[in-house]
Amino acid sequence: MKKLLTIIVGILALCLLLVCGEYALNHRGNTGGHRVLTIYNWGDYIDPALISKFEKRTGYKVDYETFDSNESMLTKLRQGGTNYDLVIPSEYTVQRMKKEGLVARLDHQKLPNLRYIDRQFLNRSFDRGNEYSVPYFWGTLGIIYNDQKINAGAVQHWEQLWSPRLKNNVMLIDSARDVFAIALITQHQSVNTKDFTKLKRAQGHLKALTPNVKAIVADEMKMYMEQDEAAIGVTYSGDAREMMDVNHHLHYVVPSEGSNIWFDNMVIPKRAQNKAAAYAFINFMLAPANAAQNARYVGYATPNWAAKKRLSKKITSNQAFYPPQKTMRHLHTYHDLPLKTLGEYNDLFLEFKMFAK
Amino acid sequence: MMRQKTLFIVPYLLWIVLFVLAPLILIFYQSLYNINGQFTLDNYTTYLTSGVYLKMTFNSVWYAFLITLVTLVISYPTAYVLNRLHNKQFWLLLVILPTWINLLLKTYAFIGLFSRTGSINQFLRFVGLGSHQLLFTDASFMFVAAYIEIPFMVLPIFNSLAEINPSLINASKDLGASQWQTFTKVIWPLSMPGVKAGIQAVFIPSLSLFMITRLIGGNRVITLGTAIEEHFLTTQNWGMGSTIGVVLIIAMFIVMFATGEAKQKGGHTR
Repeated sequence: MKKLLTIIVGILALCLLLVCGEYALNHRGNTGGHRVLTIYNWGDYIDPALISKFEKRTGYKVDYETFDSNESMLTKLRQGGTNYDLVIPSEYTVQRMKKEGLVARLDHQKLPNLRYIDRQFLNRSFDRGNEYSVPYFWGTLGIIYNDQKINAGAVQHWEQLWSPRLKNNVMLIDSARDVFAIALITQHQSVNTKDFTKLKRAQGHLKALTPNVKAIVADEMKMYMEQDEAAIGVTYSGDAREMMDVNHHLHYVVPSEGSNIWFDNMVIPKRAQNKAAAYAFINFMLAPANAAQNARYVGYATPNWAAKKRLSKKITSNQAFYPPQKTMRHLHTYHDLPLKTLGEYNDLFLEFKMFAK
Repeated sequence: MMRQKTLFIVPYLLWIVLFVLAPLILIFYQSLYNINGQFTLDNYTTYLTSGVYLKMTFNSVWYAFLITLVTLVISYPTAYVLNRLHNKQFWLLLVILPTWINLLLKTYAFIGLFSRTGSINQFLRFVGLGSHQLLFTDASFMFVAAYIEIPFMVLPIFNSLAEINPSLINASKDLGASQWQTFTKVIWPLSMPGVKAGIQAVFIPSLSLFMITRLIGGNRVITLGTAIEEHFLTTQNWGMGSTIGVVLIIAMFIVMFATGEAKQKGGHTR
């Protein structure tokens, strides 16, 4: 009898513990008062030394949390448990957050260091006038190849991936938007098309690529390319940088006919508790010395012209990571598509993956 | 007395309702909403009319079947031999030991073995067979999946073999049955419950494998697990993801039912 009661009480206590745990996790941010800045960023996406520097200089205490996808970040933000003061989403997510009213309008008066951002990275289509967001890093989608297996000339354009000579040599990134972007660009269509027939045609083109596709992978591509498992990979510039640091036979190309350009941006959520600290942090990160230090640590391309000047010529003259103007003009951002269209992209992508046999 | 009996049921009921029934009902409830949050049966219509999902289901069942078959073929003799060894508990422990290591770690270890520069290819080159593409093939996917599932098959078969009364086997031999006859007429039928439990423990998880399909199969093997992951993480179409989840649950019931009923038949007719 006693045993039984213990079990019942045990189960109920477990439930209570779970509820309390959830509450505690969700409301952690609120307890610190006005001296705490809660940041929500991608994993390994800031030089930790800068956080300590910021804390020392301003006296704010930084509470730093990380996420691994825009979607999981959005879900957490929507639930509204934790009140983040600064979040760093990608551009199409900024668009969605704007639509859902999750972000606060920025007061440019409080951001004097915004003048260090290169004009070509301001006023982009996902946030006209940068009313809600400040670019943090940017990058591209491109081709990484191993010079021991492939001539540079054989991978300058997307269409070359279809060459029969590359049979079973290409790795693709496991992302519907990116893989469809390749096919859409080769067919001279917009990477944001909502037209189902155009998508269907792009899918047909992709199916013709299947003999060349070795695998469709995510983060593991870094490891595979570093270990010479495949000759060619379609990936993001940031990941490419990491791979090239490990394996010196790897090179990265952004096809000049067009590709995706992405931005990660600093935004202040509407429910932020400590906007003053968030503004201070944005200004701090925009200061040329800090932005340069961060760019050296993270390795992505900085939108900060003053910071770029402080980086070594070897980095900034690398056309793979700071493409020439001619290419820049042909780079497009992804727009936030309606969920229905997004579903179509993904369903067609799933079908393509199944066809990849 | 009666009061005590009902009280004994309470913790069990609480557990079942909170952690088994409630999640199942939530999944089913979620599957009835489309992406705009409207109540509809559309998800099921989409599933049943789209060739993609049906083909994916077929793929999943086919691969799960193959994995179960391979696992069974390897595990039964293993369990049989284990049972006849001295220190069998120790050897069994060695078979179970790999389950203490995280699934992802084991998968990554296989990437190291199978890759172009991995140990297996190094060995192949050493003996003059040249290097081969091992990763991203059906064979490597099946190999890793079977490797991971084998302990779950060995354990129930081992237990049911251990439970067989040795005097039954001795009696069979005394009555003039050959080794083979003893095996087919006595040991195999008596170990059937273990085999069925093993099939249930392997087939059902194999239906929804998804990390291995990407890491080892390079997404060239697509199962329902891949689709569920995509719907929950990328397209945010939780309704469709739940619908596929419901399909998997139904598949699970079918497997349970099939293996469960066969057991009774076997028990009565033999």
